[in-house]
Amino acid sequence: MSDILKVRELRAYYGQVQALYGIDLSLREGSVTTLLGANGAGKTTTLRSICNMVRFTGAILFDGLELSGRSTEKLVRLGIAHVPQGRGTFTRMTVEENLRLGAISRNDDRAVTGDIDRMYAHFPKLKERRIQQAGTLSGGEQQMLAVARALMLRPRLMLLDEPSFGLAPLIVRDLFGILAKINREEKVTIMVVEQNAELALELASDAYVIETGRIVMSGPAAEISNNEDIRKSYLGY
Amino acid sequence: MTTIPQTTLRSAAAGKRSAIIGQMSSILIFLILVLVPLAATNFVTFQITMLLVYATAILALNILTGGSGQFSLGQSAFFAIGAYTSAVLVEHGGVNYLLTLPIAAAVCFVTGFLFGLPALRLSGVYLALATFALATAMPQLLKLGYFEPWTGGVQGLVTSKPDAPLGLPISPDTWLYYLTLGFGLAIYATAANLLSSRTGRALMAIRDNEIAASAMGIDIALYKTLAFGISAAITGIAGALGAIAVQFVAPDGYTFQLSIALFLGMVVGGVGWLPGSIAGSAFIVFVPNVAESISKGLSGAVFGILILLVIFVIPRGARQIAEYLQAAIEGRRGGA
Amino acid sequence: MELLTNQILAGIATGSIYACMALSVVMIYQAIDHLNFAQGEMATFSAFVAWQLMRWGIPYWPAFILTVTISFVAGVAIERGLFRPLANASILTNVAGFIALFAIVNSVTGMTWDFTIKEFPSPFGSSQFLGSELINSHQAGMIGVTGLLLAFLYCFLGFTKVGLAMRAAVSTPESARLVGINVGWMVALGWGLASSIGAVAGMLIAPVVFLEPNMMGGILVYGFAGAVLGGLSSPAGAVLGGLLVGVFENLIGTYVPGAGNELKLPIALALIILVLRFRPDGLLGRNVVERV
Repeated sequence: MSDILKVRELRAYYGQVQALYGIDLSLREGSVTTLLGANGAGKTTTLRSICNMVRFTGAILFDGLELSGRSTEKLVRLGIAHVPQGRGTFTRMTVEENLRLGAISRNDDRAVTGDIDRMYAHFPKLKERRIQQAGTLSGGEQQMLAVARALMLRPRLMLLDEPSFGLAPLIVRDLFGILAKINREEKVTIMVVEQNAELALELASDAYVIETGRIVMSGPAAEISNNEDIRKSYLGY
Repeated sequence: MTTIPQTTLRSAAAGKRSAIIGQMSSILIFLILVLVPLAATNFVTFQITMLLVYATAILALNILTGGSGQFSLGQSAFFAIGAYTSAVLVEHGGVNYLLTLPIAAAVCFVTGFLFGLPALRLSGVYLALATFALATAMPQLLKLGYFEPWTGGVQGLVTSKPDAPLGLPISPDTWLYYLTLGFGLAIYATAANLLSSRTGRALMAIRDNEIAASAMGIDIALYKTLAFGISAAITGIAGALGAIAVQFVAPDGYTFQLSIALFLGMVVGGVGWLPGSIAGSAFIVFVPNVAESISKGLSGAVFGILILLVIFVIPRGARQIAEYLQAAIEGRRGGA
Repeated sequence: MELLTNQILAGIATGSIYACMALSVVMIYQAIDHLNFAQGEMATFSAFVAWQLMRWGIPYWPAFILTVTISFVAGVAIERGLFRPLANASILTNVAGFIALFAIVNSVTGMTWDFTIKEFPSPFGSSQFLGSELINSHQAGMIGVTGLLLAFLYCFLGFTKVGLAMRAAVSTPESARLVGINVGWMVALGWGLASSIGAVAGMLIAPVVFLEPNMMGGILVYGFAGAVLGGLSSPAGAVLGGLLVGVFENLIGTYVPGAGNELKLPIALALIILVLRFRPDGLLGRNVVERV
């Protein structure tokens, strides 16, 4: 199985401040990978670099295609969906408009309508609220909406930045269950960035641990979650 | 034992050199300003008087925008109020023209302060908008029927040029020039002092980060409205001096175009850099003369293009040029 | 009673022009958080272009459409050429840019067509509308055209893909990029639309106030007043604000003794300041929280 995403020697900067010091990552196609680390370790920066939202140097290859130099909106159209921190919902628009926006770069309008119905099948709560303003939804519902919106792109790769943030554990379980289902059924490669390591390691097949801008550990998720030392030093449990 | 690095020694000497050159150029400019009217014709003297008048108005804007960070596209309104206060008092009140200057300052201070009050809640574009509306409304206010007996309505008022006092053997133009120069220098000195004083530092703290300044205990409301008041007062004095020199006030002489010119003068001179006010003023006084002689209405285009040139190429205006010169003198390239 | 209705209708007629200007201003404000001080001058320039086209023999409605198209392109060009490079610059720089645009457009208009007042034709004639005493046909035309324009805009923004993309780009640009929208071009589109709407306003008001380079100065202030009243955050608010300002201005002019033509502009100014001071979100606006 080939690597759908390869990141080599990634260094990222916020102005003059360096945030990443040479990250190497590989995502196997069809896998669920999790990037773990404490607050400020550089998880979000890594995702933002992949989408060219931050100044960086290094190679980022999507399916062998070099991404650097492409604007965010152009590389999204290659099939990369990014659910940012805080979800990035279009709060002033309706649920359905949010879903339509997820597919706005696509040309097959009829298929889009079909996809919207499929999203409502995955997430019945969203169907109930289809004409409601997205900003009025609960945290969990907005997260579902964000994931659904990302799926409307028919992405090959989905990046999620701390999807569990601010959500009750039960809802997070639900959400991760749906992510697993999507990974299996829709064959979407997923990268989840999380502070909540326990659940993420259950969901993922591969894991990376990042600390102050450097990868300090990588390997199969099961190995990392079984390693008590790693759990205690880096993951806090 | 530590040795002082060569670079520090070199820059100390260079710094001293540029300071001396700086002082000498100031003295030179001062001498030129004082001696010019003795050699120039009355008309040239009049033009330089107007140069100083506008420089003073630009200085006021510098204090407001460069100092307290508040926008104003409405300085033409205060300029007009100052001008009209003086003209009306002289023509209808028989007040001595010299007295009208502090009165104009006071009237404008109060008006500026009062305008500054509701403007407190506004910032950035909103403030620019409110001042834009002020500038556009002022000519209308001046044309109002109510006030016509005093203001002369659309036609405006004509005043007479005062003679030099105490029978001094200089022309009225020369006298007015020295009067304006005196006021200008006094205002410049006061402004420079103000900006380096505690008040000035408070203003600049507000300019840089209002919320942080408030957290430090600075009374934002007071300082911001004060800044507006002071800036308006100085603009009013400039307006009054201008009215005395030109001997004429009319509503259409104080339109938004004047605000644009003053704004341009500030940008060209370098925002917040007081000496730049003269450079900015030179632009706005001489450029239109040249432009209008080529084609009527051209000065607007020239102004606009100049503004664009400055913001894209020399964003800090004349100050940037001065800094470049200073660096060149000190033997550095573009600043160490 | 009839006088009141007459004045209200007349107010709505002029208010529709203010509504157009307010709409243009809000479209750009929503896109870039800056007020286009040159909107009025751009509208005046468009009206002159239309006038010129008609002088060259092109009939009214084709000239109208051609002018709207040219204005659209000009708006896009100005955004791409002048304001895109300034996107990350300070407020002062941006304001300077708008002022520069104002000065240049005003000047070019004056130099190309001189400052004498010109007549501008109305396609609606000036007879009384449907024989009624209340408004004349040009006023009815102003209301009608503005209404059509708004309907078009409403449909465009609410029901088309591009309209949706534009709304998304303007409200949440970062998320818009993440769904593949080119935000830069959406902003340019906003400018193009604003410019076209301004052109329509210019062509509608020129028959009434006569065509000359400084035609729109005061009208822009009313447009700003309307935009501010409506909250600067929604097209609907802008339109409502513009109409209200028109009606208000007319009623004051008719019923307040001594308030002649000259007081109208200062009243608009006072209105702007009052709204910004006491109800900064306007009538339909939403709260904007300033991040520390």
